[in-house]
Amino acid sequence: MQVTMRVNGEEVSRDVEPRLLLVHFVRERLGLTGTHWGCDTSNCGTCVLWMDGEPVKSCTVLAAMADGRDIRTVEGLEKGTQLDPVQEGFMREHGLQCGFCTPGMMMTARWLLDHNPDPSEHEIREAISGQICRCTGYENIVRAIRWAAEHPAKEEVAS
Amino acid sequence: MQTPAPFEYDRATSIDQAIGLLEQYGPDTRLVAGGHSLLPMMKLRLAQPGRLVDINDLDDLSYIRQEEAQIAIGSLTRHSELLSSPLLAQHWSIFAEAERVIADPVVRNRGTIGGSLCQGDPAEDLSALVCALRAQLVIRSRGGSRTVEARDFYLGPYETVIGPAEMLTEVRIPIHEGAGSAYEKVERRAGDWAVVAVGCFVKLDADRVLDVGIGLAAVNARGFAAPEAEDRLRGQPATEEQLAAAASLAAQHCRPQADQRGPEDYKRYLVGELTRRALRRAIDRASRGGA
Ligand SMILES: Cc1cc2nc3c(=O)[nH]c(=O)nc-3n(C[C@H](O)[C@H](O)[C@H](O)COP(=O)(O)OP(=O)(O)OC[C@H]3O[C@@H](n4cnc5c(N)ncnc54)[C@H](O)[C@@H]3O)c2cc1C
Ligand code: FES
Ligand code: FES
Repeated sequence: MQVTMRVNGEEVSRDVEPRLLLVHFVRERLGLTGTHWGCDTSNCGTCVLWMDGEPVKSCTVLAAMADGRDIRTVEGLEKGTQLDPVQEGFMREHGLQCGFCTPGMMMTARWLLDHNPDPSEHEIREAISGQICRCTGYENIVRAIRWAAEHPAKEEVAS
Repeated sequence: MQTPAPFEYDRATSIDQAIGLLEQYGPDTRLVAGGHSLLPMMKLRLAQPGRLVDINDLDDLSYIRQEEAQIAIGSLTRHSELLSSPLLAQHWSIFAEAERVIADPVVRNRGTIGGSLCQGDPAEDLSALVCALRAQLVIRSRGGSRTVEARDFYLGPYETVIGPAEMLTEVRIPIHEGAGSAYEKVERRAGDWAVVAVGCFVKLDADRVLDVGIGLAAVNARGFAAPEAEDRLRGQPATEEQLAAAASLAAQHCRPQADQRGPEDYKRYLVGELTRRALRRAIDRASRGGA
Protein backbone atom coordinates (compact mmCIF):
# COMPACT_ATOMS: atom_id res chain seq x y z
CA MET A 1 0.00 0.00 0.00
CA GLN A 2 1.02 3.61 -0.56
CA VAL A 3 1.63 5.79 2.50
CA THR A 4 2.20 9.53 2.48
CA MET A 5 3.17 11.58 5.50
CA ARG A 6 5.10 14.69 6.47
CA VAL A 7 8.42 13.85 8.05
CA ASN A 8 10.34 16.74 9.57
CA GLY A 9 8.31 19.12 7.43
CA GLU A 10 8.79 17.30 4.13
CA GLU A 11 6.19 15.18 2.41
CA VAL A 12 7.32 11.63 1.73
CA SER A 13 5.51 8.82 -0.07
CA ARG A 14 6.47 5.14 -0.20
CA ASP A 15 4.98 1.79 -1.07
CA VAL A 16 4.97 -0.39 2.07
CA GLU A 17 3.67 -3.68 3.42
CA PRO A 18 0.94 -3.01 6.01
CA ARG A 19 2.97 -4.87 8.64
CA LEU A 20 5.96 -2.51 8.40
CA LEU A 21 6.51 -0.76 11.73
CA LEU A 22 6.94 3.00 11.71
CA VAL A 23 10.40 2.71 13.32
CA HIS A 24 11.62 0.51 10.47
CA PHE A 25 9.95 2.73 7.89
CA VAL A 26 11.76 5.77 9.22
CA ARG A 27 15.12 4.03 9.55
CA GLU A 28 15.20 1.77 6.53
CA ARG A 29 12.94 3.39 3.98
CA LEU A 30 13.79 7.01 4.73
CA GLY A 31 17.36 6.48 5.99
CA LEU A 32 16.67 8.49 9.15
CA THR A 33 18.68 6.27 11.47
CA GLY A 34 18.65 8.73 14.35
CA THR A 35 15.54 6.99 15.65
CA HIS A 36 16.69 3.75 17.26
CA TRP A 37 15.07 0.39 17.78
CA GLY A 38 15.83 -1.62 20.90
CA CYS A 39 13.13 -4.07 21.99
CA ASP A 40 10.09 -6.07 20.96
CA THR A 41 7.98 -5.28 24.00
CA SER A 42 7.40 -1.50 23.73
CA ASN A 43 9.44 -0.98 26.88
CA CYS A 44 12.74 0.71 26.02
CA GLY A 45 11.60 3.97 24.39
CA THR A 46 14.62 4.50 22.18
CA CYS A 47 12.22 4.59 19.20
CA VAL A 48 10.27 7.62 20.44
CA LEU A 49 9.39 10.19 17.79
CA TRP A 50 6.48 12.59 17.45
CA MET A 51 3.30 11.77 15.59
CA ASP A 52 0.88 14.68 15.20
CA GLY A 53 2.80 16.59 17.86
CA GLU A 54 2.95 13.88 20.53
CA PRO A 55 5.73 11.47 21.50
CA VAL A 56 4.91 7.87 20.54
CA LYS A 57 6.84 4.61 20.54
CA SER A 58 7.32 4.12 16.81
CA CYS A 59 7.91 0.37 17.23
CA THR A 60 4.28 0.13 18.29
CA VAL A 61 2.76 2.09 15.41
CA LEU A 62 2.41 0.77 11.87
CA ALA A 63 3.74 2.90 9.04
CA ALA A 64 0.23 2.44 7.64
CA MET A 65 -1.23 4.05 10.77
CA ALA A 66 1.02 7.07 10.21
CA ASP A 67 -0.36 7.62 6.72
CA GLY A 68 -1.51 11.25 6.46
CA ARG A 69 0.08 12.22 9.74
CA ASP A 70 2.86 14.57 10.75
CA ILE A 71 6.09 12.95 11.97
CA ARG A 72 9.03 14.61 13.69
CA THR A 73 12.21 12.66 14.37
CA VAL A 74 15.40 13.56 16.19
CA GLU A 75 16.80 14.76 12.86
CA GLY A 76 14.10 17.43 12.94
CA LEU A 77 15.23 18.92 16.24
CA GLU A 78 17.92 21.27 15.00
CA LYS A 79 16.91 24.38 13.12
CA GLY A 80 19.34 25.00 10.26
CA THR A 81 22.69 24.71 11.96
CA GLN A 82 21.28 25.71 15.34
CA LEU A 83 21.08 22.80 17.76
CA ASP A 84 17.96 22.55 19.86
CA PRO A 85 18.66 23.52 23.50
CA VAL A 86 17.90 19.93 24.42
CA GLN A 87 20.69 18.70 22.16
CA GLU A 88 22.98 21.37 23.51
CA GLY A 89 22.07 20.35 27.06
CA PHE A 90 22.87 16.69 26.44
CA MET A 91 26.27 17.78 25.10
CA ARG A 92 27.13 20.13 27.94
CA GLU A 93 25.86 17.99 30.81
CA HIS A 94 27.13 14.67 29.41
CA GLY A 95 23.58 13.38 29.05
CA LEU A 96 24.80 10.42 27.05
CA GLN A 97 27.46 7.78 27.06
CA CYS A 98 26.80 5.18 24.36
CA GLY A 99 24.02 7.34 22.90
CA PHE A 100 21.61 4.51 22.22
CA CYS A 101 18.73 5.91 24.29
CA THR A 102 19.49 9.53 23.42
CA PRO A 103 17.18 10.19 20.46
CA GLY A 104 14.13 8.96 22.35
CA MET A 105 15.15 10.86 25.47
CA MET A 106 15.60 14.09 23.51
CA MET A 107 12.27 13.82 21.72
CA THR A 108 10.42 13.33 24.99
CA ALA A 109 12.41 16.12 26.61
CA ARG A 110 11.53 18.58 23.82
CA TRP A 111 7.85 17.76 24.21
CA LEU A 112 8.04 18.15 27.98
CA LEU A 113 9.68 21.56 27.74
CA ASP A 114 7.17 22.71 25.12
CA HIS A 115 4.38 21.95 27.60
CA ASN A 116 6.14 22.63 30.87
CA PRO A 117 9.05 25.03 30.36
CA ASP A 118 10.28 24.79 33.95
CA PRO A 119 9.89 21.16 35.02
CA SER A 120 11.02 19.89 38.40
CA GLU A 121 13.42 16.96 38.63
CA HIS A 122 10.46 14.76 39.52
CA GLU A 123 8.50 15.88 36.48
CA ILE A 124 11.48 15.19 34.24
CA ARG A 125 11.95 11.72 35.68
CA GLU A 126 8.27 10.99 35.25
CA ALA A 127 8.30 12.18 31.62
CA ILE A 128 11.16 9.84 30.68
CA SER A 129 9.95 6.96 32.84
CA GLY A 130 8.99 4.87 29.81
CA GLN A 131 12.52 5.01 28.44
CA ILE A 132 15.52 3.01 29.51
CA CYS A 133 19.14 4.15 29.73
CA ARG A 134 21.68 1.49 30.56
CA CYS A 135 24.64 3.86 30.86
CA THR A 136 24.09 7.14 32.63
CA GLY A 137 22.01 6.24 35.66
CA TYR A 138 19.72 9.05 34.44
CA GLU A 139 21.36 11.75 36.60
CA ASN A 140 22.99 13.50 33.67
CA ILE A 141 19.94 13.11 31.47
CA VAL A 142 17.91 14.98 34.08
CA ARG A 143 20.65 17.65 34.27
CA ALA A 144 20.73 17.94 30.49
CA ILE A 145 17.00 18.56 30.36
CA ARG A 146 17.24 21.08 33.21
CA TRP A 147 20.02 22.83 31.28
CA ALA A 148 17.74 23.07 28.26
CA ALA A 149 14.96 24.45 30.46
CA GLU A 150 17.30 27.17 31.69
CA HIS A 151 18.60 28.01 28.23
CA PRO A 152 15.59 28.24 25.92
CA ALA A 153 16.22 29.12 22.27
CA LYS A 154 15.91 32.82 21.47
CA GLU A 155 12.63 32.61 19.55
CA GLU A 156 11.06 30.55 22.37
CA VAL A 157 11.78 33.40 24.76
CA ALA A 158 10.18 35.83 22.34
CA SER A 159 7.03 33.75 21.80
CA MET B 1 13.71 -8.28 14.50
CA GLN B 2 10.18 -9.35 15.19
CA THR B 3 7.63 -8.41 12.61
CA PRO B 4 3.93 -9.25 12.53
CA ALA B 5 2.69 -11.88 10.09
CA PRO B 6 1.27 -10.34 6.91
CA PHE B 7 -2.22 -8.85 7.04
CA GLU B 8 -4.46 -6.48 5.13
CA TYR B 9 -5.04 -2.96 6.45
CA ASP B 10 -8.08 -0.69 6.27
CA ARG B 11 -8.55 2.76 7.76
CA ALA B 12 -12.12 3.09 9.00
CA THR B 13 -13.96 6.27 8.03
CA SER B 14 -17.03 5.78 10.23
CA ILE B 15 -18.29 3.52 13.02
CA ASP B 16 -20.77 1.87 10.67
CA GLN B 17 -18.17 1.29 8.01
CA ALA B 18 -15.81 -0.29 10.56
CA ILE B 19 -18.58 -2.63 11.72
CA GLY B 20 -19.36 -3.37 8.06
CA LEU B 21 -15.74 -4.42 7.48
CA LEU B 22 -15.83 -6.67 10.55
CA GLU B 23 -18.97 -8.30 9.18
CA GLN B 24 -17.66 -8.60 5.66
CA TYR B 25 -14.31 -10.19 6.53
CA GLY B 26 -15.28 -12.25 9.57
CA PRO B 27 -13.59 -13.15 12.86
CA ASP B 28 -10.08 -13.06 11.36
CA THR B 29 -10.43 -9.27 11.26
CA ARG B 30 -9.52 -7.14 14.30
CA LEU B 31 -10.01 -3.53 15.17
CA VAL B 32 -6.87 -1.62 16.08
CA ALA B 33 -7.13 1.41 18.36
CA GLY B 34 -3.91 2.48 20.12
CA GLY B 35 -2.33 -0.79 19.03
CA HIS B 36 -0.33 -0.95 22.24
CA SER B 37 -1.66 -4.34 23.24
CA LEU B 38 -2.46 -5.79 19.82
CA LEU B 39 0.75 -4.87 17.95
CA PRO B 40 3.11 -6.27 20.62
CA MET B 41 1.07 -9.51 20.49
CA MET B 42 1.30 -9.54 16.70
CA LYS B 43 5.05 -8.99 16.83
CA LEU B 44 5.37 -11.99 19.11
CA ARG B 45 2.94 -13.87 16.79
CA LEU B 46 0.60 -14.45 19.70
CA ALA B 47 -2.01 -12.84 17.47
CA GLN B 48 -2.16 -13.19 13.69
CA PRO B 49 -5.24 -11.40 12.38
CA GLY B 50 -5.68 -11.47 8.62
CA ARG B 51 -6.94 -7.90 8.50
CA LEU B 52 -6.77 -4.82 10.71
CA VAL B 53 -9.36 -2.08 10.75
CA ASP B 54 -7.75 1.08 12.10
CA ILE B 55 -10.28 3.19 14.03
CA ASN B 56 -7.93 6.07 14.93
CA ASP B 57 -9.68 8.49 12.56
CA LEU B 58 -13.05 8.08 14.29
CA ASP B 59 -13.03 11.35 16.20
CA ASP B 60 -16.66 10.81 17.21
CA LEU B 61 -15.40 8.04 19.53
CA SER B 62 -13.13 10.40 21.41
CA TYR B 63 -14.83 12.41 24.17
CA ILE B 64 -15.44 12.73 27.89
CA ARG B 65 -18.72 14.47 28.70
CA GLN B 66 -21.38 14.63 31.35
CA GLU B 67 -24.80 13.26 30.45
CA GLU B 68 -27.17 13.75 33.37
CA ALA B 69 -25.95 11.56 36.25
CA GLN B 70 -23.29 9.82 34.15
CA ILE B 71 -19.99 10.59 32.52
CA ALA B 72 -19.85 9.22 28.98
CA ILE B 73 -16.41 8.32 27.66
CA GLY B 74 -15.87 7.45 23.99
CA SER B 75 -13.96 4.22 23.48
CA LEU B 76 -11.14 5.90 21.52
CA THR B 77 -10.31 8.27 24.41
CA ARG B 78 -6.58 7.95 25.23
CA HIS B 79 -5.08 7.26 28.63
CA SER B 80 -3.46 10.72 28.58
CA GLU B 81 -6.88 12.34 28.13
CA LEU B 82 -8.37 10.36 31.01
CA LEU B 83 -5.44 11.46 33.16
CA SER B 84 -5.90 15.16 32.46
CA SER B 85 -9.71 15.41 32.31
CA PRO B 86 -11.07 18.07 34.71
CA LEU B 87 -14.55 16.52 34.55
CA LEU B 88 -13.26 13.13 35.70
CA ALA B 89 -11.05 14.73 38.34
CA GLN B 90 -14.04 16.63 39.71
CA HIS B 91 -16.12 13.49 40.26
CA TRP B 92 -13.68 10.57 40.52
CA SER B 93 -10.10 10.92 41.79
CA ILE B 94 -9.64 7.24 41.00
CA PHE B 95 -9.18 8.04 37.30
CA ALA B 96 -6.09 10.21 37.60
CA GLU B 97 -4.72 8.02 40.38
CA ALA B 98 -4.97 4.90 38.24
CA GLU B 99 -3.83 6.58 35.04
CA ARG B 100 -0.71 7.96 36.68
CA VAL B 101 0.46 4.38 37.21
CA ILE B 102 -0.73 2.83 33.93
CA ALA B 103 2.23 2.19 31.64
CA ASP B 104 4.29 5.35 30.99
CA PRO B 105 3.51 8.80 29.57
CA VAL B 106 4.46 7.89 25.99
CA VAL B 107 2.37 4.70 25.96
CA ARG B 108 -0.47 6.71 27.50
CA ASN B 109 -0.46 8.98 24.45
CA ARG B 110 -1.66 6.04 22.35
CA GLY B 111 -3.47 3.45 24.46
CA THR B 112 -7.25 3.88 24.62
CA ILE B 113 -9.91 2.99 27.16
CA GLY B 114 -11.70 0.82 24.58
CA GLY B 115 -8.58 -1.14 23.70
CA SER B 116 -7.73 -1.57 27.36
CA LEU B 117 -11.13 -3.02 28.24
CA CYS B 118 -11.47 -5.16 25.11
CA GLN B 119 -8.01 -6.63 25.54
CA GLY B 120 -9.32 -8.34 28.67
CA ASP B 121 -5.86 -8.68 30.17
CA PRO B 122 -6.32 -9.91 33.77
CA ALA B 123 -3.94 -7.17 34.96
CA GLU B 124 -5.59 -4.29 33.08
CA ASP B 125 -5.96 -1.40 35.52
CA LEU B 126 -8.91 0.24 33.76
CA SER B 127 -10.86 -3.03 33.95
CA ALA B 128 -10.56 -2.98 37.74
CA LEU B 129 -11.51 0.69 37.72
CA VAL B 130 -14.68 0.42 35.62
CA CYS B 131 -15.75 -2.66 37.58
CA ALA B 132 -15.18 -0.85 40.89
CA LEU B 133 -17.40 2.02 39.72
CA ARG B 134 -19.99 -0.36 38.18
CA ALA B 135 -19.74 1.32 34.82
CA GLN B 136 -21.80 0.31 31.84
CA LEU B 137 -20.36 -0.49 28.44
CA VAL B 138 -22.13 0.33 25.21
CA ILE B 139 -21.52 -2.17 22.41
CA ARG B 140 -22.53 -1.43 18.86
CA SER B 141 -23.30 -3.79 16.00
CA ARG B 142 -25.14 -3.35 12.73
CA GLY B 143 -28.49 -3.99 14.39
CA GLY B 144 -27.99 -1.25 17.00
CA SER B 145 -26.52 -0.89 20.47
CA ARG B 146 -26.64 -2.98 23.62
CA THR B 147 -25.46 -2.05 27.09
CA VAL B 148 -23.74 -4.46 29.45
CA GLU B 149 -22.59 -4.08 33.02
CA ALA B 150 -18.79 -3.84 33.21
CA ARG B 151 -18.77 -6.75 35.64
CA ASP B 152 -20.56 -8.94 33.06
CA PHE B 153 -18.25 -7.93 30.22
CA TYR B 154 -15.47 -10.41 30.91
CA LEU B 155 -15.78 -14.11 30.17
CA GLY B 156 -12.24 -14.96 31.21
CA PRO B 157 -8.64 -13.90 30.55
CA TYR B 158 -8.47 -12.10 27.18
CA GLU B 159 -12.11 -12.97 26.54
CA THR B 160 -15.05 -10.58 26.54
CA VAL B 161 -18.69 -10.63 25.43
CA ILE B 162 -17.84 -8.59 22.33
CA GLY B 163 -18.81 -10.53 19.21
CA PRO B 164 -16.71 -10.61 16.02
CA ALA B 165 -18.79 -7.91 14.33
CA GLU B 166 -19.23 -5.67 17.38
CA MET B 167 -17.47 -2.59 18.65
CA LEU B 168 -17.24 -1.04 22.09
CA THR B 169 -18.27 2.56 21.57
CA GLU B 170 -18.81 4.08 25.01
CA VAL B 171 -18.09 3.65 28.70
CA ARG B 172 -20.71 5.12 31.02
CA ILE B 173 -19.51 6.02 34.50
CA PRO B 174 -22.15 6.76 37.14
CA ILE B 175 -21.73 9.96 39.14
CA HIS B 176 -22.40 9.67 42.87
CA GLU B 177 -22.34 13.14 44.40
CA GLY B 178 -20.19 13.16 47.52
CA ALA B 179 -18.68 9.71 47.01
CA GLY B 180 -14.94 9.20 47.46
CA SER B 181 -12.66 6.94 45.44
CA ALA B 182 -9.04 5.76 45.36
CA TYR B 183 -6.64 3.49 43.48
CA GLU B 184 -3.76 1.51 44.96
CA LYS B 185 -1.26 -0.44 42.87
CA VAL B 186 1.89 -2.35 43.64
CA GLU B 187 4.21 -2.69 40.65
CA ARG B 188 7.77 -3.98 40.38
CA ARG B 189 9.02 -0.84 38.68
CA ALA B 190 7.62 2.36 37.19
CA GLY B 191 5.34 1.67 34.24
CA ASP B 192 4.95 -2.04 34.84
CA TRP B 193 1.78 -4.06 35.04
CA ALA B 194 0.31 -4.56 38.49
CA VAL B 195 1.44 -7.26 40.86
CA VAL B 196 -1.92 -6.43 42.42
CA ALA B 197 -4.08 -3.32 42.17
CA VAL B 198 -7.27 -2.32 43.97
CA GLY B 199 -9.68 0.48 43.15
CA CYS B 200 -12.75 1.47 45.09
CA PHE B 201 -15.45 4.02 45.74
CA VAL B 202 -17.36 4.67 48.95
CA LYS B 203 -20.53 6.64 49.54
CA LEU B 204 -21.23 7.63 53.14
CA ASP B 205 -24.36 8.49 55.07
CA ALA B 206 -22.93 10.25 58.12
CA ASP B 207 -20.51 7.58 59.39
CA ARG B 208 -22.18 4.66 57.69
CA VAL B 209 -21.23 3.10 54.36
CA LEU B 210 -24.20 3.66 52.08
CA ASP B 211 -22.63 2.09 49.00
CA VAL B 212 -19.25 0.73 48.05
CA GLY B 213 -17.57 -0.72 44.95
CA ILE B 214 -14.29 -2.63 44.96
CA GLY B 215 -12.35 -3.60 41.83
CA LEU B 216 -9.33 -5.92 41.76
CA ALA B 217 -6.71 -6.26 39.01
CA ALA B 218 -4.29 -9.14 38.38
CA VAL B 219 -5.88 -11.66 40.77
CA ASN B 220 -8.49 -13.34 38.52
CA ALA B 221 -11.41 -11.95 40.48
CA ARG B 222 -14.69 -12.69 38.70
CA GLY B 223 -15.84 -9.49 37.02
CA PHE B 224 -12.67 -7.80 38.39
CA ALA B 225 -14.66 -7.20 41.59
CA ALA B 226 -14.95 -8.16 45.25
CA PRO B 227 -18.73 -8.46 45.88
CA GLU B 228 -18.33 -10.40 49.16
CA ALA B 229 -16.31 -7.56 50.64
CA GLU B 230 -18.79 -4.97 49.34
CA ASP B 231 -21.74 -6.83 50.88
CA ARG B 232 -19.89 -7.07 54.18
CA LEU B 233 -19.27 -3.34 54.30
CA ARG B 234 -22.54 -1.93 52.99
CA GLY B 235 -24.64 -0.52 55.85
CA GLN B 236 -21.81 -0.81 58.36
CA PRO B 237 -20.04 2.03 60.20
CA ALA B 238 -16.87 3.10 58.38
CA THR B 239 -14.47 1.92 61.06
CA GLU B 240 -11.03 0.29 60.79
CA GLU B 241 -12.51 -2.95 62.10
CA GLN B 242 -15.12 -3.10 59.37
CA LEU B 243 -12.55 -2.24 56.70
CA ALA B 244 -10.30 -5.04 57.90
CA ALA B 245 -13.15 -7.53 57.79
CA ALA B 246 -14.09 -6.50 54.26
CA ALA B 247 -10.48 -6.51 53.08
CA SER B 248 -9.90 -10.01 54.34
CA LEU B 249 -12.98 -11.21 52.43
CA ALA B 250 -11.58 -9.61 49.25
CA ALA B 251 -8.29 -11.44 49.80
CA GLN B 252 -10.07 -14.71 50.47
CA HIS B 253 -12.36 -14.71 47.43
CA CYS B 254 -10.00 -13.74 44.63
CA ARG B 255 -7.96 -16.32 42.72
CA PRO B 256 -4.40 -15.08 42.27
CA GLN B 257 -1.87 -17.24 40.49
CA ALA B 258 1.84 -17.46 41.18
CA ASP B 259 3.93 -16.01 38.37
CA GLN B 260 7.10 -13.97 37.86
CA ARG B 261 5.46 -11.11 39.78
CA GLY B 262 5.09 -13.12 42.96
CA PRO B 263 3.66 -16.15 44.75
CA GLU B 264 -0.03 -16.60 45.48
CA ASP B 265 0.07 -15.88 49.22
CA TYR B 266 1.95 -12.63 48.65
CA LYS B 267 -0.69 -11.49 46.17
CA ARG B 268 -3.49 -12.38 48.56
CA TYR B 269 -1.73 -10.43 51.28
CA LEU B 270 -1.49 -7.44 48.90
CA VAL B 271 -5.20 -7.63 48.05
CA GLY B 272 -6.04 -7.34 51.75
CA GLU B 273 -3.61 -4.53 52.44
CA LEU B 274 -4.37 -2.51 49.28
CA THR B 275 -8.12 -2.91 49.79
CA ARG B 276 -7.78 -1.45 53.26
CA ARG B 277 -5.65 1.44 52.07
CA ALA B 278 -7.93 2.24 49.13
CA LEU B 279 -11.06 2.12 51.31
CA ARG B 280 -9.45 4.32 53.94
CA ARG B 281 -8.55 6.99 51.42
CA ALA B 282 -11.91 6.80 49.65
CA ILE B 283 -13.70 7.21 52.98
CA ASP B 284 -11.49 10.15 53.82
CA ARG B 285 -12.40 11.81 50.53
CA ALA B 286 -16.10 11.04 51.01
CA SER B 287 -16.05 12.56 54.47
CA ARG B 288 -14.54 15.73 53.00
CA GLY B 289 -17.12 16.27 50.28
CA GLY B 290 -16.11 13.58 47.83
CA ALA B 291 -14.13 12.72 44.65
C1 LIG C 1 4.99 -0.93 27.76
C2 LIG C 1 3.54 -1.07 28.12
C3 LIG C 1 3.14 -1.02 29.45
C4 LIG C 1 1.81 -1.14 29.80
N1 LIG C 1 1.46 -1.06 31.11
C5 LIG C 1 0.16 -1.15 31.46
C6 LIG C 1 -0.24 -1.07 32.82
O1 LIG C 1 0.57 -0.88 33.72
N2 LIG C 1 -1.56 -1.19 33.11
C7 LIG C 1 -2.50 -1.38 32.14
O2 LIG C 1 -3.66 -1.46 32.47
N3 LIG C 1 -2.16 -1.42 30.85
C8 LIG C 1 -0.86 -1.34 30.48
N4 LIG C 1 -0.52 -1.41 29.17
C9 LIG C 1 -1.56 -1.60 28.15
C10 LIG C 1 -2.04 -0.27 27.63
O3 LIG C 1 -2.93 0.26 28.55
C11 LIG C 1 -2.68 -0.45 26.27
O4 LIG C 1 -2.75 0.77 25.65
C12 LIG C 1 -4.09 -1.01 26.31
O5 LIG C 1 -4.10 -2.25 26.91
C13 LIG C 1 -4.67 -1.29 24.96
O6 LIG C 1 -5.22 -0.15 24.42
P1 LIG C 1 -5.04 0.10 22.86
O7 LIG C 1 -5.94 1.19 22.48
O8 LIG C 1 -3.61 0.24 22.56
O9 LIG C 1 -5.64 -1.28 22.27
P2 LIG C 1 -5.27 -2.11 20.96
O10 LIG C 1 -3.95 -2.75 21.11
O11 LIG C 1 -5.51 -1.28 19.74
O12 LIG C 1 -6.44 -3.20 21.03
C14 LIG C 1 -6.48 -4.18 22.03
C15 LIG C 1 -7.62 -5.16 21.71
O13 LIG C 1 -8.88 -4.53 21.80
C16 LIG C 1 -9.58 -4.58 20.58
N5 LIG C 1 -10.26 -3.28 20.46
C17 LIG C 1 -9.67 -2.05 20.52
N6 LIG C 1 -10.62 -1.09 20.49
C18 LIG C 1 -11.82 -1.73 20.39
C19 LIG C 1 -13.17 -1.28 20.33
N7 LIG C 1 -13.51 0.04 20.37
N8 LIG C 1 -14.16 -2.21 20.26
C20 LIG C 1 -13.85 -3.54 20.23
N9 LIG C 1 -12.59 -4.01 20.29
C21 LIG C 1 -11.59 -3.12 20.38
C22 LIG C 1 -8.54 -4.85 19.53
O14 LIG C 1 -9.09 -5.52 18.43
C23 LIG C 1 -7.56 -5.72 20.30
O15 LIG C 1 -8.02 -7.04 20.32
C24 LIG C 1 0.83 -1.31 28.79
C25 LIG C 1 1.21 -1.33 27.44
C26 LIG C 1 2.54 -1.23 27.10
C27 LIG C 1 2.92 -1.26 25.65
S1 FES D 1 11.99 -0.15 20.33
FE1 FES D 1 11.80 -0.45 22.47
S2 FES D 1 10.04 0.75 22.91
FE2 FES D 1 10.18 0.91 20.80
S1 FES E 1 23.57 6.52 27.00
FE1 FES E 1 23.76 4.40 26.70
S2 FES E 1 21.73 3.76 26.93
FE2 FES E 1 21.59 5.79 27.53
